[in-house]
Amino acid sequence: METKTVNKKAEEIKKVFLESGLEVKPVYTYRDEYNSEPGFEEELPGQYPFTRGIHPLMYRKRPFTIRQYAGFASPEETNERFNFLIKNGQTGLNVAFDLSTQCGLDSDDPRALGEVGRVGMAIDTLEDFEIAFNGIDLDKITVSMTINGSAIVLIAMYFALAEKRGYDIKNLRGTAQNDILKEFIGRGTWIFPVDKSVKLVIDTIEYCAKNVPKYSPVSVCGYHIRESGANPVQEMAYAFCIAKAYSDETMKRGIDIDEFASRLSFNFDIYGNLFEQIAKFRAGRRLWARIMREEYQTKKEESCWLRMIAGGGGAGLTKEQPENNIVRTAYYALISALSGTQTMALCTYDEAFTIPTEKSAEIALRTMQIMIDEMGICDTVDPLGGSYYIETLTNEMESAIIKEMDIVDKQGGIIAGVASGKIQEAVSKQAYIREKAIQDGKTLKVGVNCYKKEEEKRTVEFHPYNIDAANRQVVKLKKKRAERNNEQVFKLLGAVRENAKENVNLMPSIIAAVKEYASVGEIIGVLKEVYGEYDEPIFF
Amino acid sequence: MKVLLAKPGLDGHDVGVKVLAHALKEAGHKVVYTGLRKSIEEIVQQATDEKPDIIGLSILSGTHQILCEKLTEEMLKHKLNIPWIVGGNIPAEDVEALRKTGAVEAFPTGTQIETVVGYIINFKH
Repeated sequence: METKTVNKKAEEIKKVFLESGLEVKPVYTYRDEYNSEPGFEEELPGQYPFTRGIHPLMYRKRPFTIRQYAGFASPEETNERFNFLIKNGQTGLNVAFDLSTQCGLDSDDPRALGEVGRVGMAIDTLEDFEIAFNGIDLDKITVSMTINGSAIVLIAMYFALAEKRGYDIKNLRGTAQNDILKEFIGRGTWIFPVDKSVKLVIDTIEYCAKNVPKYSPVSVCGYHIRESGANPVQEMAYAFCIAKAYSDETMKRGIDIDEFASRLSFNFDIYGNLFEQIAKFRAGRRLWARIMREEYQTKKEESCWLRMIAGGGGAGLTKEQPENNIVRTAYYALISALSGTQTMALCTYDEAFTIPTEKSAEIALRTMQIMIDEMGICDTVDPLGGSYYIETLTNEMESAIIKEMDIVDKQGGIIAGVASGKIQEAVSKQAYIREKAIQDGKTLKVGVNCYKKEEEKRTVEFHPYNIDAANRQVVKLKKKRAERNNEQVFKLLGAVRENAKENVNLMPSIIAAVKEYASVGEIIGVLKEVYGEYDEPIFF
Repeated sequence: MKVLLAKPGLDGHDVGVKVLAHALKEAGHKVVYTGLRKSIEEIVQQATDEKPDIIGLSILSGTHQILCEKLTEEMLKHKLNIPWIVGGNIPAEDVEALRKTGAVEAFPTGTQIETVVGYIINFKH
């Protein structure tokens, strides 16, 4: 045993740095908060700049929405899981699509080999949506779709489904991830060149601003940028640069910022230092409000709101001693609630190596429910507000995020940075630094580089790949192609092609095409003819 | 050593493969990375052109068995004899099956980078 020296001199105390590079002092006092702007002590939640929360009463009025990521195999199996989750108290759905759907390929495409229904549900035509959402009231359950490269087609399908089922899309709620810029940085389901990809996102924002005003067409994801290696400051900075880029492009079409800003939402990641994450969200909320009001001169208060889903990220979980992940995700949930998120999702403990089983999905759900019902987390708003440390760190994180955004701007902005691969290079460097720190034992990870156990027996049950469901999906698609009015389908696909060439908003023509059961692969195929495909710059 | 790192299939998780690329480069090796979403045919073509000493596949979507079988088949067709390894989201019980399919080694997630780099450096035909 090592004996600790008592009476260590202050200068001998090991320096502590957060992942973002900020130094942490051993003690904070009221003097640290003197760095804050005058009047900050008076700030209340629900008031600009919303450091303490976007609503005055937050969870006291209504707890955060629980929205677990789910979807696998075919629409039939997914529908069963959805109904299971709703029956167990989940209030929103977060739909996972398989990689073929995400990359805009039909289930019978040779490139989809082995991927159909593997990491999410396979969607080929509107018929699949009709099956997946069967029995689910689209007014009561808000649906969030994790879709990006082919998002415009899936959003069109969702609206087409709602219209066919008799809902007024003016009142339709829900979210699409649809943040293509982050797909180039991490996650990788891009299809078209960067400029054309952004154009499609702006088409959905414009269409929603005019026709589906309560729908959130974009959820800007710091989440995947952080999962790809970015530190918490980069996560927020890149996400804000991306959200600003979408805003700028939308405004170029003559749409006022207040017509769409309040429908932009965000998706952030949680793992790592507890206090750093909480300060990150409080700082982010304040900074986004300031950007929207001061830079964009928004008039509506909601336009300044940083509405977010903040979830326990997969990158923090370990394959070693997987049950420890249950504990980790409970801490992530706590961070998320203390940060004042609107919606929460947790990775399941087995997500480091497989997609969630029903059991692990239930544990994640219960983790959040225990916190809401047993821990008093909803009783008072921003319970850490006023903490010397948290307030100081919030100020420091805000400055650091601003600095990082300036770097991106000086390099020509986020769109140019992504197109050239510079941003990807910065993130991948950071991933290497983090991985090396873990392997060298500088960053500790329980079960990985400390408290290791030899010869661990695997205790995780794997979610099996359903090959029968994949085969059924192909049969169903072929049957639909034979049944539908093909003359009409080809005519409508032609209209999509023409609209793409003429550079007009593609939403109306795609909605018309999906209603006649044109497939995801057919529509994306037509757009590839016009736009070409992204040529990935190789950086590592 | 010249290493060709490849991402077959549709999986977009490239953190691991890029971290490995960094590490190999730092250890003084030549690394060629294909980028995302390459078909097995494209990878075999690139291997024919680049003539690497070893090929590394990175697959995290769970499609490893199907894609690796395809690689063996395609390499045989092109009479290409280059050793290859595979890394990613691979359950322990799949490792042996992948070896039988033709991989000289399979590395599940959680493997230390040093282990993989060491394996590649010390690999002998």
